[in-house]
Amino acid sequence: MATEMQAQQVAQIGRRQRIRWTKIAVNWELYLLALLPVAWIIIFRYIPMYGAQIAFRRFVAGAGIWGSQWVGFANFMRFFRSYNFGNVMWNTLSLSFYQLLAGFPIPIILAIFIHYCPNTAFKKTVQMVTYAPHFISVVVIVGIIFKLLATRTGIVNIAISNLGFEEVNFLGSFRAFPHVYVWTGIWQNMGYGTIIYLAALSGVDPELHDSAKADGAHILQRIWHIDIPGIAPTVIILLILRTGYLLEIGFEKVLLMQNGLNIRTAEVINTYVYKIGLASSNPSFSYAAAIGLFKSVVSFILIVAVNRISRRVSETSLW
Amino acid sequence: MARTRSAIKDTGLDKAFYIVDYILLGLVFLAVIYPLIYIVSSSFSDAEAVIQGRVWLLPIRPTLDGYRAVFEYNDVWLGYGNTVFYTLAGTFVNIVLTLMVAYPLSRKDFIGRNAIMFLFTFTMIFNGGLIPTYLLIRDLGLIDTRMVMILHAAIGVWNVIITRTYLQATIPQELYDSAKVDGASNTRVLFSIVIPLSGPIIAVITLFYAVNHWNSFFPALIYLRSRELRPLQIVLREILVENSPRMMDEMMASLSEDQLERMTERQYLQALLQYSLIIVATLPVLAIYPFVQKYFVRGVMIGAIKG
Repeated sequence: MATEMQAQQVAQIGRRQRIRWTKIAVNWELYLLALLPVAWIIIFRYIPMYGAQIAFRRFVAGAGIWGSQWVGFANFMRFFRSYNFGNVMWNTLSLSFYQLLAGFPIPIILAIFIHYCPNTAFKKTVQMVTYAPHFISVVVIVGIIFKLLATRTGIVNIAISNLGFEEVNFLGSFRAFPHVYVWTGIWQNMGYGTIIYLAALSGVDPELHDSAKADGAHILQRIWHIDIPGIAPTVIILLILRTGYLLEIGFEKVLLMQNGLNIRTAEVINTYVYKIGLASSNPSFSYAAAIGLFKSVVSFILIVAVNRISRRVSETSLW
Repeated sequence: MARTRSAIKDTGLDKAFYIVDYILLGLVFLAVIYPLIYIVSSSFSDAEAVIQGRVWLLPIRPTLDGYRAVFEYNDVWLGYGNTVFYTLAGTFVNIVLTLMVAYPLSRKDFIGRNAIMFLFTFTMIFNGGLIPTYLLIRDLGLIDTRMVMILHAAIGVWNVIITRTYLQATIPQELYDSAKVDGASNTRVLFSIVIPLSGPIIAVITLFYAVNHWNSFFPALIYLRSRELRPLQIVLREILVENSPRMMDEMMASLSEDQLERMTERQYLQALLQYSLIIVATLPVLAIYPFVQKYFVRGVMIGAIKG
């Protein structure tokens, strides 16, 4: 009896596997299609992950990645002990958190105001204009910042001195750098950032609003008790994503805005890696790769941890 | 919102809220548009007036000198040509590869789809880093070639995700089933069902990819060396951000005698050229933007469904 049942089970599993293989065979074209993209992602994204092991070696040009000598965590220790470590980490984190604290709530608030704007034509115009700067390249944005905020010739400083105040050195000052960086970023991206929240707001059930109104709730109460909870999952998802990119702070823009006068606050992990590894006349691949890998691992841990916390606390998560 | 509002009377606070709403949106609108207007006006103004801060809203003593200087400058055109090439070729490769993987991933009977999906999405939260990627490109012999600009970012994972989401939502399983009953091969299905039905999503990802190519500057900075391969953004960086003096000398040399006389001070020429260049470089994107805005919005919204 028992053996018969086992035999049946084995036969069933065999049949299932056969069905599985026939399904794959029937759809062979799909696998052929996916082959090239999969090859691309393996070559251009996974081989560099494997190549990141040069962080644990002492890279010698003649020997290449695979032939260079293992040195364990020496490159990492060198970074942790280096004079620049504290400064670069502090700059990266403080700039990131500043950007997050100032830049994250603004698109949400703006989205609510756009959503409730009663005049459709005005609303559409505001949306059209505020989304536009998002599509301007970072080089041009920095060019615009340099023109407008320059001392003596920049329109902002001309206005400041016309009003009788002293000029502000926005571009050549380590004190001003974080503010200029963050607020120009908000200027460029706040409009585009509202799109996703506007989508979430339009998904809020209008009947909730009707019954709240019937109960005499005013508009602020309805925003607070209906709209905010309605868009909360979207907000949380975006917040999780942002924490994963905390250390990836706007690489290109920081690099373009750096100069000798603001470098004290404008050197972040990514620009530091670029300078040590690629821009230097005597590049140190292994050391730069170690700093880069440190950053990638910390970012990965951050996003996984925040995602887990969020899943437990709010039942919203990325995966 | 407007529909439901008429049903029940607004409270006084509601009316106050709408007034604040108008004022606030008006301020945001002005804050965003003013710098853009100022740049446009300055690019058409007399250099001296711009430097002295006499331009506030409209151009003063309108002139096309800045544009003339841009048009006479070869590096700008070389960069423009290269960027157009990288954008067209790069976007074409992007679209083909994205569809090649998003279509199988959208099929429920594609065994292994979860594994492949994971292979792609994992790269969004972890990467090998700048240096190993650079070494790979170097080992592949792609440094300082046109190919690298097309290959290094041939697939955007985010675009794969939104394309897959779109295909899953728009093409019902029954359509695939009936195609199969009719004896259509999967390739046939791709060309006669999937691609004709994915017009909107192709428009969305084409725009995302194309804008990325147009605005991209860092890959060119690290992977390209030759002047004749440089995209527009690298040329812009030199003129707008680094103010390379050598470039300015070349510029001065390309101007005629009387133009030189009118703009003796290097600073004047530089300023004017920079304003005009900002416009020339951004115009293609901002000119098509109002007509395609809805596609960008749609793209972000499809992404939101996934989230």
